[in-house]
Amino acid sequence: MKIGRRGFLSFVIGGAAGTALSPLPWKMMDDSSIWTQMWPWTPVPEDGEASYVNSVCTLCSGHCGITVRKIDNRAVKIEGMKGHPVNNGGMCLLGLSGLQLLYGPMRVKTPLKRTGKRGQGQWKKISWNDAVSEVVEKLRDIRSEGNPQTVGFISGSDRGTVSRLFDRFLTAYGSPNFMRMPSVRDSYELTQYLMQGVQALPGFDFENADFIVSFGSGIIDGWGSPVRMSRVHSAWQSADVKVIQIEPRLSNTAAKSDKWIPINPGTEAALAMGLAHVIVKESLYDAAFVKNYVEGFFDWKNRVIDKYNPDTVASITGIDRGTIVVLARGFANASKPLAVCGRGNGTTPVSLDECMAVNALNALVGNINKKGGVWAVSEPNYINWPEIEMDAKAAAGLQHERLDGAGSKTYPFTRYLLPRLPETIDSGEKFPLQALFVSGANPLYTHPDTRAVRNAFDKIPLVVSFSSYMDETAQNADLILPNHVYLERYEDVPTPAGMIQPVIGLSRPVVAPQFDTRHVGDVVIQMAKGLGGSVAKTFPWDSYDSCLKETLGDLWNFLMEEGFWSNTGAMPPFFGTSYETASGKFELINKDTGSIPQFKPVSIEGDEKDYPLLLIPYDSIRLACGFIGDPPFVMKTVEDSVLKGKDVFVELNPKTARNQGLREGQRVVLTTPKGKAEVKVHLFEGIMPGLVALPRGLGHTAWDEYLAGKGINFNALIGPVEDPDSGLDAAWGIRAKLEKA
Amino acid sequence: MHTLDDHAKDISEDAADEAGPDLSLEMNLKEQDTGAGGTIILFFILGLFASLVVGWIIFPKLLYSNKKQPIDFNHVFHVEEVDNGCESCHFFRADGTFSGAPKLAQCIDCHEEIQGISPDEIKFVEEYVSKEREVPWLIYSRQPDCVFFSHAAHIKGAQMDCVTCHGHMGESESLKVYEENRITGYSRDIWGKSIGGFKKNTWDRMKMDDCAECHRENAANIEITDIPTPTQRLIDHIVNLVPPGTSTFGKGGSVQTERDPCFACHK
Ligand code: SF4
Repeated sequence: MKIGRRGFLSFVIGGAAGTALSPLPWKMMDDSSIWTQMWPWTPVPEDGEASYVNSVCTLCSGHCGITVRKIDNRAVKIEGMKGHPVNNGGMCLLGLSGLQLLYGPMRVKTPLKRTGKRGQGQWKKISWNDAVSEVVEKLRDIRSEGNPQTVGFISGSDRGTVSRLFDRFLTAYGSPNFMRMPSVRDSYELTQYLMQGVQALPGFDFENADFIVSFGSGIIDGWGSPVRMSRVHSAWQSADVKVIQIEPRLSNTAAKSDKWIPINPGTEAALAMGLAHVIVKESLYDAAFVKNYVEGFFDWKNRVIDKYNPDTVASITGIDRGTIVVLARGFANASKPLAVCGRGNGTTPVSLDECMAVNALNALVGNINKKGGVWAVSEPNYINWPEIEMDAKAAAGLQHERLDGAGSKTYPFTRYLLPRLPETIDSGEKFPLQALFVSGANPLYTHPDTRAVRNAFDKIPLVVSFSSYMDETAQNADLILPNHVYLERYEDVPTPAGMIQPVIGLSRPVVAPQFDTRHVGDVVIQMAKGLGGSVAKTFPWDSYDSCLKETLGDLWNFLMEEGFWSNTGAMPPFFGTSYETASGKFELINKDTGSIPQFKPVSIEGDEKDYPLLLIPYDSIRLACGFIGDPPFVMKTVEDSVLKGKDVFVELNPKTARNQGLREGQRVVLTTPKGKAEVKVHLFEGIMPGLVALPRGLGHTAWDEYLAGKGINFNALIGPVEDPDSGLDAAWGIRAKLEKA
Repeated sequence: MHTLDDHAKDISEDAADEAGPDLSLEMNLKEQDTGAGGTIILFFILGLFASLVVGWIIFPKLLYSNKKQPIDFNHVFHVEEVDNGCESCHFFRADGTFSGAPKLAQCIDCHEEIQGISPDEIKFVEEYVSKEREVPWLIYSRQPDCVFFSHAAHIKGAQMDCVTCHGHMGESESLKVYEENRITGYSRDIWGKSIGGFKKNTWDRMKMDDCAECHRENAANIEITDIPTPTQRLIDHIVNLVPPGTSTFGKGGSVQTERDPCFACHK
């Protein structure tokens, strides 16, 4: 039989009819629609048992309590812990995005040893044993040559067992060079020491204050413990608390305050003195407090009356006389006034003058160690370790002065002066640093004058980073010994920045370590054991966890159950007897050092002729600028007027722009005595004329592709300016110029 | 252009000529008519038949691949051993979510050591229990990711039993072959064994139509009753093309569809 055209057609028609009568097309339709929902790149969350782990966020010094939701063994969401004294269920953007720091691509997954040149990014994996023994070898050599003082440690914090282990290690080894990252706490500590004679944490009873004068502190821009501050800020709004924000730029904090007073940058101390002038002159101060508990009032009063009348202050600060007088009266007449300093998010110190002047204002209204005032908060005393065993080598090493000059004759009472380190290394005036350990810090990004810091680091033969992430410092290290991230490790977390009640939190593993990382506490203990002798004896613990358990004693069980311990009924130290100064009083003038609240301009770098503008930084809660960089979720929230693509915008007053012949969106070259960079112009009425503002937290060169190469690092354009009274870096800006690109 | 068919016709005409006069021509023409019609019908039937065979028999064979479970499991035996029936292993967690296939944690009490001599048992203990690896069970009833199904609402709320949807799984002595749909990756049990979608028992299929069927039948007792089957929805849309807000359907919780909210079941 032959198949003709008709036969063929009828075969096809029959086939079509049969197909329609078969399940094939209908089933295929159904399956293909399901298939389209099944793209392999569509993330599908695993199903499993939900559980919650209470821990503490240590991504900043806010130390919020967190509750992490898990599905089986995977952490899926970080929430604020309800009932926690710091954040009571609240969270910040960065904390919420913490999972990206756990599972993200920026993690260092195993110990790494540099193979190429420093910073080239060429690494080879090595085992933990090899890594630790390599470090131990080097340390043993340095020590046997009698130079233990040439080993340094930079730590993000100096509180809690982990930091104390670093310090203990260095002491037993024989080096005085344990250094903490700078912040406004340095200024406050020194101020409290000089005026009140105590070494304590500055605490602010914001919850009970009713008139806030903030000298540039970014109350909702990351200052102090950020979530606590935003909670306080909301409470202020409903309780009708007055907030006066004094700063040259309309920050978020300024925009949400009752009054924003623009001030010439760097003249905050002058304003504080001007306010003191009005208060003293009009006898608005707390006479009883001043009479009973303040020493040196009359000497100081005469100087204040003499030098800081509102007209003089008006010409220095650019704030008119009337505003100064009204502000002073408002402050002094409020029932619980509180003045606070520390620009932006408080990660840079202020000059001693400024901090003392602001503290003096608080003293004038008698709110030192009082409800609604500034407290000297003592650290909960739970770390009681056996005496450090020191052999002759250690004792000899410790005789040396610190490299950064803290505690030296020039700066006897300042505890850490990390920003001075690069210069000291460069000048070679003291001994060279032979090995440097860095943990919880990223100095190659956060330090002013990043280029100089890098050059100084290049002179150190061994740089070891404990970073969990490939940050700038890790990238330029010789060895990376990656720590577990905060969601994978135990750690005690002491009182958050600025809190008045002591809190101890317990950060604990939410998930098992994802990679071949090791707790830095364990590594330090292993290093000590490797060195043997008295150093090993100083570390009687098998592991960090056992050290922590033993240290916390009964607290351990409590913390395991509750997640945190807090003294909710904390009372301020009785304000009449809490001064440990020579006079037993609050000293407006410290007789030993001659320190006195006053205004001396901090002379910033650059001359006006070459650099007609002033560059200042600004902080935002959307840009992490500490040792942690923005994870992708947070990066997504940065506005288009701050960062567009890879370009960062500098803020410029339209008047300044007109003078300079610049317009919105124009590409310009920003030059300072420290460096230059291409940026774009954003016109903003909220910045005083003559200023240029650049956000901090951008311009990373390391981390991941979501963060690196976007914008400019402010620290690459500024250098430190040493405060002659404290040695702290008091730079508030730098001179700059803008040219069309 | 000549087609095969044309040739066939030519040749038969030639043959008719040879045979001689009119009558035969007529006859031949008649014959040819029925012959061609027959062929057409024959081919139609052939095509029909072939495609029916493809659609009903070959297609399902091609569509599904046979996969074996990582280890075999005897439900009958285990049900006898436990006190609480299915819920002993397939239980509700404290937060009300359903645990699904058991994890090692549920097995480990008895299976820390090898029990008996079955090779599957040995494999289970050696490969999974001692290595602390979860068994990658192939789940017959796994629904696409967009489906949100609450066991609690059905088991605790509506007091249904497992068999209604899952059949007599608990009475099986070994695990059946897992037929995986090559296109979607889901088990054949969702569409049902019958490729035509026919079912005898409630547990024969687990498609949305089956949800809808039960919800309609039991409308009086069930909160969400107007679940449209996909087919129905298509027809509804064509027949009932009316401005929003004037629909004759019962008003559900959703403003857009005026039905009960889709997100009750669809993620
Ligand atoms: S404020 Fe700091 S501690 Fe709190 S959640 Fe944010 S990053 Fe974490």
